[in-house]
Amino acid sequence: METKNIIIVGVGGQGSLLASKILGHLLLNEGFDVKVSEVHGMSQRGGSVITYVRFGDKVYSPVVDKGEADFIVSFEILETARWLSYLKTGGQIVTNTQQIDPMPVITGAATYPENLIEKIRDKGIKIDAMDCLTLAREAGSQKAVNIVLLGRLSHYFDISETSWQNSLKANVPPKFLAINQKAFELGKNFSD
Amino acid sequence: MKELMLGNKALARGLWEAGVKFVSSYPGTPSTEITEEAVKFDEIYCEWAPNEKVAMESAFGASLAGRRAFCGQKHVGLNVAADPLYTLSYTGINAGLVVVVADDAGMHSSQNEQDSRHHAIAAKVPMLEPSDSAEALNFAKLAYEISEQFDTPVLIKMCTRVAHSQSVVETGERVEPLKTYEKNIAKYVMMPGNAKKRHPIVEERTKKLIEYAETSPINRVEFFTDELGIITSSTCYQYVKEVFGESASVLKLGMINPLPVELIKNFAARVKKLVVVEELDPIIETHVKSLGLQVSGSEILPRIDEFSQNLIAEKLGVRETGKGISLEDQIPARPPVMCAGCPHRGLFYSLKKRKCTVLGDIGCYTLGAVPPLSTIELTLCMGASIGATHGFNKMLGSQSEGKTVAVIGDSTFMHSGMTGLANVAYNQSNSTVIILDNSITGMTGHQQNPSTGLNIKGDPAGKIDLEALCRAMGINRVRVVDPYNLKECDAAIKEELAAAEPSVIISRRPCALLKTVKHKPPLFVDKNKCIGCKSCMKIGCPAISMKDGKAVVDQTQCVGCEVCSQLCPKKAFAREA
Repeated sequence: METKNIIIVGVGGQGSLLASKILGHLLLNEGFDVKVSEVHGMSQRGGSVITYVRFGDKVYSPVVDKGEADFIVSFEILETARWLSYLKTGGQIVTNTQQIDPMPVITGAATYPENLIEKIRDKGIKIDAMDCLTLAREAGSQKAVNIVLLGRLSHYFDISETSWQNSLKANVPPKFLAINQKAFELGKNFSD
Repeated sequence: MKELMLGNKALARGLWEAGVKFVSSYPGTPSTEITEEAVKFDEIYCEWAPNEKVAMESAFGASLAGRRAFCGQKHVGLNVAADPLYTLSYTGINAGLVVVVADDAGMHSSQNEQDSRHHAIAAKVPMLEPSDSAEALNFAKLAYEISEQFDTPVLIKMCTRVAHSQSVVETGERVEPLKTYEKNIAKYVMMPGNAKKRHPIVEERTKKLIEYAETSPINRVEFFTDELGIITSSTCYQYVKEVFGESASVLKLGMINPLPVELIKNFAARVKKLVVVEELDPIIETHVKSLGLQVSGSEILPRIDEFSQNLIAEKLGVRETGKGISLEDQIPARPPVMCAGCPHRGLFYSLKKRKCTVLGDIGCYTLGAVPPLSTIELTLCMGASIGATHGFNKMLGSQSEGKTVAVIGDSTFMHSGMTGLANVAYNQSNSTVIILDNSITGMTGHQQNPSTGLNIKGDPAGKIDLEALCRAMGINRVRVVDPYNLKECDAAIKEELAAAEPSVIISRRPCALLKTVKHKPPLFVDKNKCIGCKSCMKIGCPAISMKDGKAVVDQTQCVGCEVCSQLCPKKAFAREA
């Protein structure tokens, strides 16, 4: 199988590391060679962050380059727009609709662009957008945005529900498992 | 067993399998997780040292005692530890001693982009360079064998993409070789008479290591074609394989110092065109050229920033690379910022208000240089804030003394700020030093340090009393402020800058991200009271923004620190009844 590429983008602190950990665990158990590349350190302090997940028969590079991503999984809509150039032609976006103002917008040095989802859709790009924060709160914790997104992403994978559940169980502390399982279901079954 | 493992975790696993008993490190991205993972093994004693020099000396002490030992640091950390390293090359070791240096090409979290391979060459010690997690694990084990076989410390060079990428590893069992300490003055006392006798041993060792490099399986040829030969190492090997697959032959170097001679000559002789692919400085390329071989590298590949598969494909003329789709809109940048509730914020606001010249240091508080605070005017290296402030004030005297401050975090102060303060006290510059004591090493992800009272496992440990320490150094004016209290900060800054002698202000409040910190409920803005004056926007809190001319607080981020409410002229910030 040709190597498939996922990028997970968002704002530092939103929980992308856990999402990539679960994905990595899942894909390895499905028998793929997997590489995941993360960002630690300074950029995590509220900055724009990107995590790469690659899987296939044999994966060499740990990073995904422009025009290579089969999927963009995004925690924040401005970040979806920022990393759009990484999407492959025909690639799929799964995004949270949450807006978090970056500091240049807060200080008034820049403005937050409007109607980003529509503009992306107008380019003929497949974008699956949902309010993950509301769904995460419904599941029991606003921190479960990452799992709502994974639930949605699971739609596009030919991997069994049991496998997803196993990877969730293996990577989430037992006391938060129920919340995360609900978040996963809410994401998976979302329809607009 | 096969597992997906972070490069740094795999390296730590390699340490465990190699029977390492002692780990001493100072945190630094991208090296930190090696030590954080090593501490999870009960068989390994682990600690955070105050700095890299102490860490390396302590690790050597353990090696001397006959136990396999390790220390890890980021690239600039090895500069601090260079002093022991260069002479450890002469003394050699007893039990194996391995040192990791993690480079940060692309400067994801660093102040420079230095290439640490120069240290291996200059110190004349072997350096291994893994290209993924499996190699990180295996090279760690091999490094101990090399260390003991050749009586030398061994460097392992990681880079961000190897350290912070997960790939598949196969784990093994632990061995535990022990040695005994034997007194050996000629080997371990490096006074001139002894050191002169050790230097030829070092040169002889390098010759033997070159022979080792010629046949070591970690330097391997993957021969597919005579059209193109690429010499590469580390993460660049992965990019080269991604781009070329089997359409180029590759000499993959796992040992980067010393470099082989015959292996390279033989590989060059089998290919029509030879290219070196390496990030940052042309180390391999210079070596290949010194052998009189025709090779390209520097003239086609950049010497700055990290590489990727697209860059190599493009520069080596393999294919045009995708630019991807983008929107017409300008996408505002999202630089890292101080977190909501960060205790540094109130202090920086007070410094900005007083129009202070702020010479800064390395840590989360470097973000005090970012708008809207834009307060920090210098960031150089660990501890430099105090030395620089001293020199600055010595030259400008009354022009600068009343408005210039050094700001330095608690961990950075322990690392190399204390000696700077000793200079202030000893040579008496009228300098004001502010220790931003958030009771943790913040930027690298919450590591304990000698002033927190806890060790690497979070258990009670020795605790250095910062106030007593500063006073013992001869600083008479030492005071503590709460950075959440703007009035208190302002008064302290005003009075200490006005004082006619050196002073220290300790701005004390734990990092807002610490799990032990209990937060107040988030604040709300009463829309009827808010007049949209934007006073609260001056502190650059990511939880506050303007919507329809009124301030709003993001409930998911606010931790109720109340710094914003002290700026509001209309008392519009409130808690829900």
